[in-house]
Amino acid sequence: MLAKRIIPCLDVSAGRVVKGVNFVELRDAGDPVEVARRYDEQGADEITFLDITASSDDRNIILHVVEQVAEQVFIPLTVGGGVRCVDDVRRLLNAGADKVSMNTAAVNNPQLVADAAGKVGSQCIVVAIDAKQVAPGKWEVFTHGGRNRTGLDAIEWAQKVASLGAGEILLTSMDRDGTKNGFDLGLTRAVSDAISIPVIASGGVGNLDHLADGVTLGRADAVLAASIFHFGEHTVREAKELMRARGIEVRL
Amino acid sequence: MSKLAIIDYGMGNLRSVAKAIEHVAADVQVLVTADPAEVLAADRVVFPGQGAMPDCMRELDARGLRPAVLEAARNKPFLGICIGQQMLFEHSQEGDVPGLCVFKGEVRRFPADKMVGADGARLKVPHMGWNEVWQKQAHPLWVGIPDGARFYYVHSYYVDPADPAIVAATTDYGIPFTGAVAQANIFAVQFHPEKSAAAGLQLLSNFMSWKP
Repeated sequence: MLAKRIIPCLDVSAGRVVKGVNFVELRDAGDPVEVARRYDEQGADEITFLDITASSDDRNIILHVVEQVAEQVFIPLTVGGGVRCVDDVRRLLNAGADKVSMNTAAVNNPQLVADAAGKVGSQCIVVAIDAKQVAPGKWEVFTHGGRNRTGLDAIEWAQKVASLGAGEILLTSMDRDGTKNGFDLGLTRAVSDAISIPVIASGGVGNLDHLADGVTLGRADAVLAASIFHFGEHTVREAKELMRARGIEVRL
Repeated sequence: MSKLAIIDYGMGNLRSVAKAIEHVAADVQVLVTADPAEVLAADRVVFPGQGAMPDCMRELDARGLRPAVLEAARNKPFLGICIGQQMLFEHSQEGDVPGLCVFKGEVRRFPADKMVGADGARLKVPHMGWNEVWQKQAHPLWVGIPDGARFYYVHSYYVDPADPAIVAATTDYGIPFTGAVAQANIFAVQFHPEKSAAAGLQLLSNFMSWKP
Protein backbone atom coordinates (compact mmCIF):
# COMPACT_ATOMS: atom_id res chain seq x y z
CA MET A 1 0.00 0.00 0.00
CA LEU A 2 1.12 3.52 -0.73
CA ALA A 3 2.45 5.19 2.42
CA LYS A 4 1.20 8.56 3.60
CA ARG A 5 4.10 10.98 3.49
CA ILE A 6 5.61 13.21 6.17
CA ILE A 7 7.38 16.24 4.76
CA PRO A 8 9.49 18.56 6.92
CA CYS A 9 9.57 22.08 5.52
CA LEU A 10 12.65 24.28 5.80
CA ASP A 11 12.60 28.04 5.37
CA VAL A 12 15.80 29.12 3.68
CA SER A 13 17.08 32.68 3.53
CA ALA A 14 20.34 33.64 1.83
CA GLY A 15 21.52 30.04 1.97
CA ARG A 16 20.78 29.31 5.62
CA VAL A 17 17.90 27.55 7.32
CA VAL A 18 16.01 30.10 9.42
CA LYS A 19 13.34 29.75 12.08
CA GLY A 20 10.81 32.41 12.78
CA VAL A 21 10.48 33.33 16.39
CA ASN A 22 7.23 35.07 17.26
CA PHE A 23 6.67 35.69 13.54
CA VAL A 24 9.19 38.55 13.48
CA GLU A 25 12.73 37.64 14.37
CA LEU A 26 14.47 35.13 12.14
CA ARG A 27 17.03 32.95 13.84
CA ASP A 28 19.75 31.01 12.08
CA ALA A 29 18.95 27.30 12.32
CA GLY A 30 21.82 25.80 10.48
CA ASP A 31 23.21 24.57 7.23
CA PRO A 32 20.54 23.28 4.81
CA VAL A 33 22.60 20.22 3.89
CA GLU A 34 23.04 19.18 7.52
CA VAL A 35 19.42 19.79 8.43
CA ALA A 36 18.17 17.94 5.34
CA ARG A 37 20.48 15.03 6.06
CA ARG A 38 19.20 14.85 9.63
CA TYR A 39 15.59 14.66 8.43
CA ASP A 40 16.54 12.04 5.86
CA GLU A 41 18.10 9.94 8.64
CA GLN A 42 14.92 10.31 10.69
CA GLY A 43 12.93 8.88 7.79
CA ALA A 44 11.44 11.97 6.15
CA ASP A 45 9.68 10.98 2.93
CA GLU A 46 10.52 14.23 1.14
CA ILE A 47 11.91 17.61 2.07
CA THR A 48 10.47 20.96 1.08
CA PHE A 49 12.56 24.11 0.92
CA LEU A 50 10.83 27.44 0.95
CA ASP A 51 13.12 30.20 -0.25
CA ILE A 52 12.21 33.31 1.73
CA THR A 53 15.28 35.28 0.64
CA ALA A 54 14.23 38.91 0.65
CA SER A 55 16.77 40.33 -1.76
CA SER A 56 16.44 39.44 -5.41
CA ASP A 57 20.24 39.66 -5.64
CA ASP A 58 20.46 36.59 -3.47
CA ARG A 59 17.97 34.54 -5.48
CA ASN A 60 20.59 32.34 -7.08
CA ILE A 61 21.83 31.18 -3.70
CA ILE A 62 18.93 28.73 -3.45
CA LEU A 63 20.24 26.99 -6.58
CA HIS A 64 23.54 26.26 -4.83
CA VAL A 65 21.69 25.03 -1.76
CA VAL A 66 19.63 22.64 -3.88
CA GLU A 67 22.74 21.42 -5.69
CA GLN A 68 24.52 20.67 -2.44
CA VAL A 69 21.56 18.94 -0.82
CA ALA A 70 20.84 16.86 -3.93
CA GLU A 71 24.40 15.54 -3.86
CA GLN A 72 23.93 14.03 -0.44
CA VAL A 73 20.27 13.44 0.24
CA PHE A 74 18.58 10.87 -1.97
CA ILE A 75 14.90 11.52 -1.32
CA PRO A 76 12.61 13.87 -3.25
CA LEU A 77 13.20 17.58 -2.82
CA THR A 78 10.57 20.25 -3.43
CA VAL A 79 11.56 23.89 -3.73
CA GLY A 80 9.26 26.90 -3.63
CA GLY A 81 9.43 30.65 -3.14
CA GLY A 82 9.88 33.29 -5.77
CA VAL A 83 9.16 31.03 -8.76
CA ARG A 84 7.88 33.32 -11.50
CA CYS A 85 8.44 31.69 -14.87
CA VAL A 86 9.17 28.41 -16.62
CA ASP A 87 12.88 29.25 -16.62
CA ASP A 88 12.83 29.52 -12.82
CA VAL A 89 11.27 26.05 -12.72
CA ARG A 90 13.88 24.64 -15.08
CA ARG A 91 16.79 26.14 -13.15
CA LEU A 92 15.58 24.61 -9.89
CA LEU A 93 15.00 21.20 -11.48
CA ASN A 94 18.41 21.28 -13.13
CA ALA A 95 19.98 22.12 -9.78
CA GLY A 96 18.47 18.93 -8.34
CA ALA A 97 14.94 19.74 -7.22
CA ASP A 98 12.37 17.07 -8.05
CA LYS A 99 9.36 19.31 -7.73
CA VAL A 100 8.89 23.04 -7.85
CA SER A 101 6.15 24.80 -6.00
CA MET A 102 4.48 27.98 -7.27
CA ASN A 103 1.95 30.18 -5.54
CA THR A 104 1.51 33.88 -6.36
CA ALA A 105 2.82 33.49 -9.90
CA ALA A 106 0.16 30.86 -10.61
CA VAL A 107 -2.57 33.16 -9.30
CA ASN A 108 -1.28 36.04 -11.43
CA ASN A 109 -0.86 33.87 -14.49
CA PRO A 110 -2.61 30.46 -14.40
CA GLN A 111 -1.20 29.68 -17.83
CA LEU A 112 2.19 29.35 -16.12
CA VAL A 113 0.96 26.11 -14.53
CA ALA A 114 0.05 24.70 -17.93
CA ASP A 115 3.25 25.96 -19.57
CA ALA A 116 5.46 24.56 -16.82
CA ALA A 117 3.65 21.21 -16.68
CA GLY A 118 3.87 21.00 -20.46
CA LYS A 119 7.61 21.57 -20.40
CA VAL A 120 8.72 19.52 -17.41
CA GLY A 121 5.77 17.26 -16.65
CA SER A 122 2.93 17.48 -14.15
CA GLN A 123 4.85 15.38 -11.64
CA CYS A 124 7.27 18.27 -11.11
CA ILE A 125 4.67 20.99 -10.59
CA VAL A 126 3.22 21.70 -7.17
CA VAL A 127 0.77 24.54 -6.74
CA ALA A 128 0.79 26.02 -3.25
CA ILE A 129 -2.54 27.38 -2.12
CA ASP A 130 -2.83 29.64 0.92
CA ALA A 131 -6.47 29.72 2.01
CA LYS A 132 -8.55 31.46 4.66
CA GLN A 133 -12.07 30.61 5.69
CA VAL A 134 -14.53 33.31 4.65
CA ALA A 135 -17.83 31.54 5.39
CA PRO A 136 -18.89 28.12 6.67
CA GLY A 137 -17.57 25.59 4.14
CA LYS A 138 -15.99 28.33 2.03
CA TRP A 139 -12.34 29.34 1.76
CA GLU A 140 -10.67 32.07 -0.28
CA VAL A 141 -7.19 31.99 -1.80
CA PHE A 142 -4.75 34.57 -0.45
CA THR A 143 -1.25 35.49 -1.55
CA HIS A 144 1.72 37.25 0.06
CA GLY A 145 1.54 35.28 3.29
CA GLY A 146 -2.16 35.91 3.74
CA ARG A 147 -2.12 39.66 3.15
CA ASN A 148 -3.66 39.83 -0.32
CA ARG A 149 -7.11 38.51 -1.19
CA THR A 150 -7.53 37.05 -4.64
CA GLY A 151 -11.30 36.56 -4.80
CA LEU A 152 -10.66 32.94 -5.82
CA ASP A 153 -12.53 30.11 -4.12
CA ALA A 154 -9.94 27.64 -2.81
CA ILE A 155 -11.77 24.51 -3.97
CA GLU A 156 -12.45 25.89 -7.44
CA TRP A 157 -8.85 27.11 -7.71
CA ALA A 158 -7.52 23.68 -6.75
CA GLN A 159 -9.73 22.09 -9.42
CA LYS A 160 -8.57 24.63 -11.97
CA VAL A 161 -4.83 24.17 -11.39
CA ALA A 162 -5.30 20.39 -11.37
CA SER A 163 -6.96 20.65 -14.79
CA LEU A 164 -4.12 22.90 -15.99
CA GLY A 165 -1.60 20.19 -15.15
CA ALA A 166 -0.49 20.62 -11.53
CA GLY A 167 0.70 17.29 -10.12
CA GLU A 168 0.08 18.07 -6.49
CA ILE A 169 -1.43 20.72 -4.19
CA LEU A 170 0.34 22.11 -1.12
CA LEU A 171 -2.60 23.42 0.87
CA THR A 172 -1.94 25.81 3.76
CA SER A 173 -4.59 27.16 6.08
CA MET A 174 -3.67 30.76 6.84
CA ASP A 175 -6.11 30.65 9.76
CA ARG A 176 -4.15 27.83 11.35
CA ASP A 177 -0.59 28.57 10.25
CA GLY A 178 1.53 29.22 13.34
CA THR A 179 -1.32 28.49 15.79
CA LYS A 180 -0.36 24.90 16.70
CA ASN A 181 -4.08 24.12 16.83
CA GLY A 182 -3.95 21.53 14.08
CA PHE A 183 -4.77 21.56 10.37
CA ASP A 184 -8.01 23.07 9.10
CA LEU A 185 -9.48 19.62 8.51
CA GLY A 186 -12.61 20.93 6.82
CA LEU A 187 -10.53 22.76 4.23
CA THR A 188 -8.17 19.82 3.74
CA ARG A 189 -10.96 17.33 3.23
CA ALA A 190 -12.99 19.62 0.98
CA VAL A 191 -10.03 20.15 -1.35
CA SER A 192 -8.80 16.57 -1.22
CA ASP A 193 -12.25 15.20 -2.06
CA ALA A 194 -12.68 17.70 -4.91
CA ILE A 195 -9.57 16.78 -6.91
CA SER A 196 -7.89 13.63 -8.15
CA ILE A 197 -4.28 14.76 -7.56
CA PRO A 198 -2.51 14.41 -4.19
CA VAL A 199 -2.94 17.04 -1.47
CA ILE A 200 -0.31 17.97 1.13
CA ALA A 201 -1.88 19.42 4.27
CA SER A 202 -0.03 22.32 5.90
CA GLY A 203 -0.45 24.92 8.58
CA GLY A 204 -1.15 24.53 12.27
CA VAL A 205 0.58 21.35 13.39
CA GLY A 206 1.16 21.48 17.15
CA ASN A 207 1.42 17.81 18.03
CA LEU A 208 1.81 14.44 16.38
CA ASP A 209 -1.89 13.60 16.52
CA HIS A 210 -2.51 16.60 14.31
CA LEU A 211 -0.43 14.96 11.59
CA ALA A 212 -2.47 11.76 11.84
CA ASP A 213 -5.72 13.73 11.84
CA GLY A 214 -4.69 15.40 8.60
CA VAL A 215 -4.60 11.98 6.96
CA THR A 216 -7.55 10.26 8.64
CA LEU A 217 -10.00 13.15 8.90
CA GLY A 218 -8.58 15.54 6.31
CA ARG A 219 -7.87 12.78 3.78
CA ALA A 220 -4.53 14.37 2.93
CA ASP A 221 -2.03 12.27 0.99
CA ALA A 222 0.89 13.90 2.78
CA VAL A 223 1.41 16.17 5.77
CA LEU A 224 3.89 19.00 6.04
CA ALA A 225 5.24 20.55 9.20
CA ALA A 226 8.03 22.86 10.18
CA SER A 227 8.31 23.98 13.77
CA ILE A 228 7.28 20.70 15.39
CA PHE A 229 10.42 19.14 13.89
CA HIS A 230 12.79 22.12 13.88
CA PHE A 231 12.66 22.89 17.55
CA GLY A 232 13.46 19.29 18.43
CA GLU A 233 10.06 18.66 19.99
CA HIS A 234 9.62 15.54 17.88
CA THR A 235 11.47 13.55 15.28
CA VAL A 236 9.98 12.41 12.00
CA ARG A 237 10.36 8.84 13.25
CA GLU A 238 8.20 9.57 16.31
CA ALA A 239 5.57 11.06 14.04
CA LYS A 240 5.57 7.94 11.90
CA GLU A 241 5.38 5.62 14.89
CA LEU A 242 2.33 7.46 16.14
CA MET A 243 0.70 7.41 12.71
CA ARG A 244 1.34 3.70 12.40
CA ALA A 245 -0.16 3.13 15.85
CA ARG A 246 -3.25 4.94 14.60
CA GLY A 247 -3.51 2.56 11.65
CA ILE A 248 -1.94 4.76 8.98
CA GLU A 249 0.37 3.23 6.38
CA VAL A 250 3.83 4.84 6.70
CA ARG A 251 7.38 4.11 5.59
CA LEU A 252 9.29 3.13 8.71
CA MET B 1 38.12 3.19 -15.08
CA SER B 2 34.74 1.92 -16.25
CA LYS B 3 32.33 4.30 -17.94
CA LEU B 4 28.66 4.77 -17.27
CA ALA B 5 26.56 6.75 -19.76
CA ILE B 6 23.36 8.41 -18.60
CA ILE B 7 21.45 9.17 -21.76
CA ASP B 8 20.52 12.84 -21.91
CA TYR B 9 17.79 13.72 -24.38
CA GLY B 10 16.72 16.89 -22.63
CA MET B 11 13.90 15.42 -20.57
CA GLY B 12 14.27 15.79 -16.85
CA ASN B 13 16.87 16.16 -14.24
CA LEU B 14 19.67 13.69 -14.78
CA ARG B 15 21.93 15.18 -12.17
CA SER B 16 20.18 13.30 -9.37
CA VAL B 17 20.77 9.99 -11.12
CA ALA B 18 24.43 10.88 -11.72
CA LYS B 19 25.00 11.98 -8.12
CA ALA B 20 23.33 8.89 -6.67
CA ILE B 21 25.50 6.61 -8.80
CA GLU B 22 28.66 8.54 -7.93
CA HIS B 23 27.64 8.14 -4.30
CA VAL B 24 27.58 4.33 -4.52
CA ALA B 25 30.30 3.65 -7.12
CA ALA B 26 33.56 5.45 -6.53
CA ASP B 27 35.49 3.89 -9.36
CA VAL B 28 33.42 4.92 -12.32
CA GLN B 29 33.33 7.77 -14.78
CA VAL B 30 29.74 9.00 -14.99
CA LEU B 31 28.88 10.72 -18.26
CA VAL B 32 25.60 12.53 -18.77
CA THR B 33 25.61 12.50 -22.53
CA ALA B 34 23.60 13.10 -25.70
CA ASP B 35 26.40 11.78 -27.88
CA PRO B 36 25.57 8.40 -29.48
CA ALA B 37 29.28 7.57 -29.72
CA GLU B 38 29.71 8.02 -25.97
CA VAL B 39 26.69 5.84 -25.29
CA LEU B 40 28.15 3.12 -27.51
CA ALA B 41 31.57 3.41 -25.86
CA ALA B 42 30.21 3.13 -22.31
CA ASP B 43 30.41 -0.04 -20.24
CA ARG B 44 26.96 0.51 -18.73
CA VAL B 45 23.97 2.63 -19.67
CA VAL B 46 21.20 4.30 -17.68
CA PHE B 47 18.14 5.34 -19.66
CA PRO B 48 16.09 7.76 -17.57
CA GLY B 49 13.08 9.85 -18.45
CA GLN B 50 10.62 12.33 -17.04
CA GLY B 51 7.56 14.11 -18.25
CA ALA B 52 5.35 12.81 -21.02
CA MET B 53 6.32 9.84 -23.17
CA PRO B 54 5.42 11.51 -26.52
CA ASP B 55 7.85 14.35 -25.70
CA CYS B 56 10.50 11.86 -24.61
CA MET B 57 10.22 9.86 -27.85
CA ARG B 58 10.34 13.02 -29.94
CA GLU B 59 13.40 14.41 -28.15
CA LEU B 60 15.19 11.07 -28.30
CA ASP B 61 14.78 11.01 -32.07
CA ALA B 62 15.53 14.71 -32.47
CA ARG B 63 18.96 13.96 -30.99
CA GLY B 64 19.47 10.88 -33.12
CA LEU B 65 19.84 8.68 -30.05
CA ARG B 66 17.45 5.87 -30.95
CA PRO B 67 20.01 3.57 -32.64
CA ALA B 68 22.49 3.97 -29.78
CA VAL B 69 19.81 3.20 -27.18
CA LEU B 70 18.69 0.10 -29.08
CA GLU B 71 22.27 -1.06 -29.51
CA ALA B 72 23.04 -0.55 -25.81
CA ALA B 73 19.85 -2.41 -24.88
CA ARG B 74 21.13 -5.39 -26.88
CA ASN B 75 24.47 -5.89 -25.21
CA LYS B 76 25.30 -3.68 -22.20
CA PRO B 77 24.09 -3.66 -18.60
CA PHE B 78 21.12 -1.35 -19.15
CA LEU B 79 18.95 0.31 -16.52
CA GLY B 80 15.69 2.00 -17.55
CA ILE B 81 14.07 4.38 -15.07
CA CYS B 82 10.48 5.71 -15.13
CA ILE B 83 9.68 6.89 -18.68
CA GLY B 84 12.95 5.21 -19.65
CA GLN B 85 11.24 1.93 -18.75
CA GLN B 86 8.00 2.82 -20.51
CA MET B 87 9.81 3.75 -23.75
CA LEU B 88 11.15 0.20 -24.03
CA PHE B 89 7.64 -1.07 -24.76
CA GLU B 90 5.65 -1.15 -28.00
CA HIS B 91 3.10 1.54 -27.44
CA SER B 92 1.81 4.03 -24.86
CA GLN B 93 -1.72 5.19 -24.20
CA GLU B 94 -0.15 8.51 -23.26
CA GLY B 95 -0.42 10.48 -26.48
CA ASP B 96 -1.02 7.22 -28.42
CA VAL B 97 2.66 6.93 -29.40
CA PRO B 98 4.79 3.95 -30.39
CA GLY B 99 7.78 3.11 -28.19
CA LEU B 100 11.10 1.45 -28.93
CA CYS B 101 9.61 -2.08 -29.05
CA VAL B 102 12.38 -3.72 -27.05
CA PHE B 103 9.61 -5.45 -25.07
CA LYS B 104 6.15 -6.45 -26.21
CA GLY B 105 3.36 -4.76 -24.31
CA GLU B 106 1.39 -1.61 -23.70
CA VAL B 107 1.93 1.39 -21.41
CA ARG B 108 -1.42 2.06 -19.71
CA ARG B 109 -2.94 4.77 -17.56
CA PHE B 110 -4.22 3.84 -14.11
CA PRO B 111 -7.91 3.03 -14.70
CA ALA B 112 -10.10 5.67 -13.03
CA ASP B 113 -12.74 3.12 -11.99
CA LYS B 114 -10.19 1.05 -10.02
CA MET B 115 -8.68 3.95 -8.08
CA VAL B 116 -10.28 3.13 -4.73
CA GLY B 117 -8.31 2.30 -1.61
CA ALA B 118 -9.02 -0.37 1.01
CA ASP B 119 -10.77 2.27 3.14
CA GLY B 120 -13.00 3.37 0.27
CA ALA B 121 -11.14 6.65 -0.24
CA ARG B 122 -10.17 7.75 -3.74
CA LEU B 123 -6.62 6.88 -4.82
CA LYS B 124 -4.96 9.89 -6.40
CA VAL B 125 -3.23 9.93 -9.79
CA PRO B 126 -0.30 10.54 -10.18
CA HIS B 127 0.64 7.63 -7.95
CA MET B 128 3.08 9.64 -5.88
CA GLY B 129 5.09 8.44 -2.92
CA TRP B 130 6.65 5.40 -1.30
CA ASN B 131 5.07 2.07 -2.11
CA GLU B 132 5.99 -1.56 -1.56
CA VAL B 133 7.88 -3.32 -4.32
CA TRP B 134 7.21 -7.08 -4.37
CA GLN B 135 9.95 -9.03 -6.06
CA LYS B 136 8.71 -11.59 -8.58
CA GLN B 137 12.02 -13.19 -9.46
CA ALA B 138 15.43 -13.54 -7.90
CA HIS B 139 17.75 -11.08 -9.59
CA PRO B 140 21.23 -9.67 -8.88
CA LEU B 141 19.69 -6.17 -8.65
CA TRP B 142 17.53 -7.21 -5.71
CA VAL B 143 20.47 -8.41 -3.62
CA GLY B 144 20.38 -6.84 -0.16
CA ILE B 145 16.91 -5.35 -0.71
CA PRO B 146 14.09 -6.89 1.37
CA ASP B 147 11.02 -8.08 -0.52
CA GLY B 148 8.36 -5.40 -0.08
CA ALA B 149 10.88 -2.61 0.45
CA ARG B 150 9.42 0.81 -0.33
CA PHE B 151 10.61 2.81 -3.32
CA TYR B 152 9.57 6.28 -4.46
CA TYR B 153 7.12 6.37 -7.35
CA VAL B 154 5.69 9.27 -9.29
CA HIS B 155 3.72 8.35 -12.42
CA SER B 156 0.29 8.07 -13.99
CA TYR B 157 1.09 5.31 -16.50
CA TYR B 158 2.56 1.85 -15.99
CA VAL B 159 3.89 -0.91 -18.26
CA ASP B 160 1.83 -4.01 -18.99
CA PRO B 161 4.23 -6.56 -20.51
CA ALA B 162 2.85 -9.17 -22.90
CA ASP B 163 5.31 -11.71 -21.48
CA PRO B 164 4.73 -12.20 -17.74
CA ALA B 165 8.14 -13.87 -17.46
CA ILE B 166 9.90 -10.48 -17.66
CA VAL B 167 8.06 -9.07 -14.64
CA ALA B 168 10.68 -8.53 -11.92
CA ALA B 169 8.44 -6.76 -9.40
CA THR B 170 4.87 -5.65 -8.84
CA THR B 171 3.30 -2.95 -6.70
CA ASP B 172 -0.34 -2.53 -5.65
CA TYR B 173 -2.15 0.73 -6.29
CA GLY B 174 -5.83 0.07 -6.90
CA ILE B 175 -4.57 -2.67 -9.18
CA PRO B 176 -1.38 -4.71 -9.08
CA PHE B 177 0.95 -3.24 -11.71
CA THR B 178 4.44 -4.01 -12.99
CA GLY B 179 7.06 -2.05 -11.05
CA ALA B 180 10.13 -3.60 -12.67
CA VAL B 181 11.02 -5.79 -15.64
CA ALA B 182 14.14 -7.82 -16.32
CA GLN B 183 15.46 -9.70 -19.30
CA ALA B 184 19.07 -10.67 -20.01
CA ASN B 185 21.16 -7.44 -19.80
CA ILE B 186 18.15 -5.14 -19.22
CA PHE B 187 16.61 -4.13 -15.91
CA ALA B 188 14.00 -1.39 -15.92
CA VAL B 189 11.99 0.15 -13.11
CA GLN B 190 9.00 2.47 -12.87
CA PHE B 191 10.10 3.88 -9.51
CA HIS B 192 13.01 6.25 -8.91
CA PRO B 193 15.96 4.45 -7.28
CA GLU B 194 17.89 7.75 -7.19
CA LYS B 195 15.20 9.15 -4.86
CA SER B 196 14.51 6.03 -2.82
CA ALA B 197 17.00 6.47 0.01
CA ALA B 198 18.87 3.32 1.16
CA ALA B 199 16.88 0.81 -0.93
CA GLY B 200 17.40 2.87 -4.08
CA LEU B 201 21.12 3.32 -3.48
CA GLN B 202 21.44 -0.44 -2.94
CA LEU B 203 19.75 -1.12 -6.28
CA LEU B 204 22.05 1.34 -8.07
CA SER B 205 25.06 -0.19 -6.37
CA ASN B 206 23.89 -3.63 -7.49
CA PHE B 207 23.51 -2.35 -11.04
CA MET B 208 27.03 -0.98 -11.05
CA SER B 209 28.48 -4.37 -10.13
CA TRP B 210 26.06 -6.42 -12.26
CA LYS B 211 27.63 -8.76 -14.83
CA PRO B 212 24.74 -10.09 -16.90
